[in-house]
Amino acid sequence: MRVRILLFAALRDRAGRSELDLEFEDGATLGEVRAELERRFPGLLTRSRAAAAVNAEVARDEDVRLCEGDEIAYLPPVSGG
Amino acid sequence: MAAELDSSFRLSDRPLDAAAVLRDLHDATDGAVACFVGVVRGESRGRRVERLEYEAYGSMAEREMAKIFAAMAERFGVRRARVVHRTGVCRVGEPSVVIAVAAPHRDAAFDACRYCIDTLKRTVPIWKREVYEDGAEWIGDRS
Repeated sequence: MRVRILLFAALRDRAGRSELDLEFEDGATLGEVRAELERRFPGLLTRSRAAAAVNAEVARDEDVRLCEGDEIAYLPPVSGG
Repeated sequence: MAAELDSSFRLSDRPLDAAAVLRDLHDATDGAVACFVGVVRGESRGRRVERLEYEAYGSMAEREMAKIFAAMAERFGVRRARVVHRTGVCRVGEPSVVIAVAAPHRDAAFDACRYCIDTLKRTVPIWKREVYEDGAEWIGDRS
């Protein structure tokens, strides 16, 4: 199954891209996505205390299973306003 | 028996006009309109700021603002609000965000307006980048 990863702000700058599509086995978890991103961009997520959102909702449970077409965003600490 | 919500949020890549936002909210039934304007400061933590750059995760920002509007209705009885936030380059002295909140009386308007900006700053996926003469930095977990 394919999922879309979105990176914002400092994460995007450090990774050098704002989005990427990744292929996983059906039923892959958020934790597996994080691990794959760590493999491709070592230190990217851990250094920035990024939170994850799945389909525009904050997702704290790394065991949640993803579905085809899910949009997973990694969000640095916010600073709007 | 909830009355309909007339609260809206949008992003804008152009300079904001607080007066226009207030005009949009005008309604004869509300005796109070509270307004908050966030303004870009020329100095941040001892460094001179040339400009700010704002970025948003639009679809999620909409969802989080909808939750804030629902809470404003439930906690303060406020059902009419307008929030506009900049994206892109924002110059020193320009508004970065305009919040206008209408209510029958001022207590609810002030309280809901305060709640709105406080919660936006905590939960809405918008990021600001401070640009200095000698560098730039994305701001995280403090404003």
